[in-house]
This record gives sequence, C-alpha cells and structure tokens, in this order.
Amino acid sequence: MRTSTTGRVGQYVALLAYLVFLAFPFLWLISIAFKSPRELGSLHPTWIPRDPTLDNFRQAFDEQPLLRAAGNSLLAALGAAVIAVLIATPLAYVMARRRTLLARAATGWVVVSQAFPLVLVIIPLFLVLKNLRLINSLFGLVLVYVVWALPFALWMLVGYVRAVPEELEEAAAVDGAGRLRTLVSVTAPLLAPGIVATALFAFITAWNEFFFALVLLKTPEKQTLPVVLTHFIGAEGVADLGPLAAAAFLATLPSLVVFALIQRRITSGMLAGAVKS
Amino acid sequence: MTSLTATKRSTRGAPRADGGRRAVDRGAWFLVLPALIPILVLSVGPLLYGILLAFTDAQSGRTRSTQWIGGLNFQDLLHDTLFWESFRIGLVWAVGVTVPQFLLGLGLALLLNQDLRLRWLARALAIIPWAMPEVVVGVMWRLVYNPDAGVLNETLRDLGLGDGRDWLAGLSTALPAVIVVGVWAGMPQTTVALLAGLQNTPRELHEAAAMDGAGAWRRFLTVTWPALRPVALSITALNFIWNFNSFALVYVLTSGGPGGRTRLPMLFAYEEAFRYGQFGYAAAMGCVMVAVISVLLAVFLVGRLRGGDEA
Repeated sequence: MRTSTTGRVGQYVALLAYLVFLAFPFLWLISIAFKSPRELGSLHPTWIPRDPTLDNFRQAFDEQPLLRAAGNSLLAALGAAVIAVLIATPLAYVMARRRTLLARAATGWVVVSQAFPLVLVIIPLFLVLKNLRLINSLFGLVLVYVVWALPFALWMLVGYVRAVPEELEEAAAVDGAGRLRTLVSVTAPLLAPGIVATALFAFITAWNEFFFALVLLKTPEKQTLPVVLTHFIGAEGVADLGPLAAAAFLATLPSLVVFALIQRRITSGMLAGAVKS
Repeated sequence: MTSLTATKRSTRGAPRADGGRRAVDRGAWFLVLPALIPILVLSVGPLLYGILLAFTDAQSGRTRSTQWIGGLNFQDLLHDTLFWESFRIGLVWAVGVTVPQFLLGLGLALLLNQDLRLRWLARALAIIPWAMPEVVVGVMWRLVYNPDAGVLNETLRDLGLGDGRDWLAGLSTALPAVIVVGVWAGMPQTTVALLAGLQNTPRELHEAAAMDGAGAWRRFLTVTWPALRPVALSITALNFIWNFNSFALVYVLTSGGPGGRTRLPMLFAYEEAFRYGQFGYAAAMGCVMVAVISVLLAVFLVGRLRGGDEA
C-alpha cells in the first residue's frame, strides 16, 4: 500500500533508532574487550580501540577457570537438552492428540509453571538435593534444568505435533501399521526438525541459566560460566573491565550461534503455543 | 495380512471417536510417565513443599528440628516494610519494563511488517539480546553505564549534556537505569512474537479495508488488532510475570542497591533464604508473590475469554 514520503522517512528514522539501541551496548562490549589497559584508563573512551590487543582474553583465562566453567556449562546444557526432549516428546504427542484429563492437566501445568517465582521451588529443592547429596553436583543441576526446560519444550513440541496432519497417521493405521510403528516411521521423521529446534532451545536456556546454578553450585570447580562471570565483578562491584568484557563476549558466542540457527523455528513454536493453548 | 489388521482396526474404531480413543489412552500412560514423574518429583512436589515451608520456622544449618508455626511468617511479612517496599519496586519494575516492551515492540513489529530496506539487519540484531545470557546482558550494561569508561557518559559529554554520573549508583537513577536494560533485553522477543502474529493476519482483509477507504488507524483497529489480540495478550501477560519474577539481570547490575532501590522481590527472597538462611520466611515471600501473580493472571484469563466471545 502507498505510504507518503514523510511517512517513509519517519519509518526509516524509527528503524535506525531501533538498530542503534539494539547494537550499541554489544559493540561497546566488543570495543572494551579489545582495548589495552592504558586505553581503558583514559578519560575519553573511544569506540574503536587504538591498538587492539588480546591481552584481556589472556588475562581472563588466567584470573578465572573459564575453560572448566565452559566445560561445566556444556555438560549441564547438553544433559538437560537431551533428557528434556526425550521425555517431553511423548508427552507433547499425547497433549496434542488427545484431550484427556491428563493432557489437560499437563497443559495447565505448563501455563501455571510460568507464574511461580523460582525461590518457592529452589528452597525445597535445595533441601531435597542436600539430603540426596546432590548439592554442588552437576548431575543435580541437570535434573533441575530438565524440569525447568520442560514447560517451554512441551509448549513448542505440542505446536509441532499439531502441525503434522492426523490424517497421515490414520492412513498409516489403515495400511496396517501398529501405533508404535506409525509413531516411529510416520510421525517422528516429520517432527524431527521441531525436536531438534526444541533441544537446541533447551540447550541455550540451560547454557544461559544463572539462578539455580548460583544457589546449587558451591565450589569454583563445579560452577558454570554465568556464575564464574560474576567473579570478575569484585565484592564492592569493582570490576577489571577488560577481562570482564572479554569473558562475557566469549560466554555469549555459543548461544548467539545456536540461536541464529533456530530463531525462525522458535518463533513459530512460540506463536503456535500462544495462539492455541 | 494387511487386510486382516485393517479390518480389525476398522471394526474396533468404527465409531472412531470412542473406540479408537480408549486404545490410545491405555498406551498414553506409557508415553506420559517419563515426563510426569520428573515433573511431579522436581516441580510440583517442591512447589507444595515450599508452600508448607512457609508455615514453618525452617532455617538452614540449624540442628534443632523445624517447627510448625502457622501463619506467623505471614504476620511478620505484613509488618515487614522492607518487603513491601521491595514488592512495590517489583511492580514498578514489572510495569516499567512490560509496557514499553509492548508499545515499542508493537510499533517495531508494524514497522518490520513493511517493505523496508534494513529489515534483515533488524531481525539479525534482534537475536543478540534474545540469545544473550542475562548475566552477560548485565555485565554489558555495566560497561555502558560505567561512570568513567562508559559510552553513555562519554556520549553525553560529547553532546554537552553535563558531566555524566554514576547511573547505577544514584538513588534516583538506579531503577530507571535497570528498567532500560530490562526493556532492551526483552523487546526483541516481544517484537518477533507480535510480528509473527501480524504475518498471520490475512493480507486480503487489509486490502479490502483499504479499498473501502479505511485509514491506517482504522485499519489497525478493525483488522490488525482483532487478529493480533490473542498473541498480544499472551506475550504481555507472560512478560509481566517473567519481569516480576526476574533475578539475574538486576543481581548483576546493582545487586539490589543503592540502598535497596532496585531490590526486586526475588533478590530480597534470595538474600533472606541463602544469605541469612531464613528458609521459612523466604518461602512465605514466594507464596505472597504467587498469590498476587495468580490474581493478575486470573484477571488476564477472564479478559482473554471475553475477547474470545467477542471475536
């Protein structure tokens, strides 16, 4: 439809403002990560480092066990993603296909679970995990992450299952395939892209998670990347800016890459859940 | 062989609605249990246990056994001015973040729904806040707000707008400063959800309305908004709840300071539980938070159902 020239100009101004607002903190983070200590101390900071250096990255690895923390994060996120998807897919299937009491209860739980503040869950979980000697254990954290990732995983997966026409399954059944065979040979292949997207989303969620990790992991050897990052900020909030920026930049790269790959699928999954649930 | 199974199926499922369904339901338990057990043990169970704890004097690292103390925690909470102050801050924060998230998000979604040249860039950049760990978002904005090395003060100085200040440490600037970060972090998700909703509205309706001579505003009210409404309500309600319950962002930015001016309820409860070991009292705080959110959610659901009737 036609838009007047002033309208067009206004649209581009608004878009540019949005782009600047989105980009400038991130560009600043990168700028600081590559600045020399002397430049960081200067009173008039510049956008582009005058003599870019990798010293901050080196120093970040010296100061905190970043590699081990990244390994811990990877383990927790992979574990959570794989287990969450394995157990969520069958339930999502039932929720999407049958309006049983159970399916409805599960849907209710998905909605309600978004509302409760984590503190109400973490205190009892802390006590239970402590009795099971699973405090300060990555396995304990994975268990928590699985359940924490489930609502959204179910939300997305239900949408994907609904997108598979039920007639296909009925056709397979008429051709004599049993229920399980229908699921495995007809439904699962069609669901596969959605399942992968859900797993990757669960991975990012766990990779980025902070609160549970902060409460449950006590020793630096066990802590995940987000928790270790906060160690760069001293007790009084004084931070060594260069290494802090370098470590923060590194911590964010994996989720950015994974997210870029699946962003479209997350959007459609989110929308399907929002409209239909 | 095929025909045999097929006949068996078709006779059993003749009135498909009933017979076929029962067969599936029996199998359903086996599909449901792997997820149901962890949900019950690690989510529903702890939630109920947490509510029970609110009525006890549970503390961490104490040898004496925990006592049932009835509503004493809630009575104490009622008189805890610090908690209510933090509750007020939480509401200001949640509204202060959710409303711009929605309004700006809607504006941007409408904008990105047009044929604009830099649209791809906006979509690409929108991934950054959405995918970033909250801790990194907090760290990043600390660098922006930094009084000496921060880009914000330097820009203000360049523009001749004063000498800059320590935004996160100022009593009056800290809350607005963290709200800006909250908006930044949540806006892309809102925008993309609304944009997806927009793209589900049939184009023909727009064109028909335009042919009938409806202006942009009228088209928005009569065509766009009714179609967008379910998505808009869902994302706004969720945003409000997530914002009210948020923790990591503000923990990294200010830890609740200065002087408690940004101490969100979750930060308050976290400190009470894991710094001072007051498990029972912190659980009571969680209960109050749930209660208030439930009321708001109920109001939202009623509104959404009514909207469904109209449509």
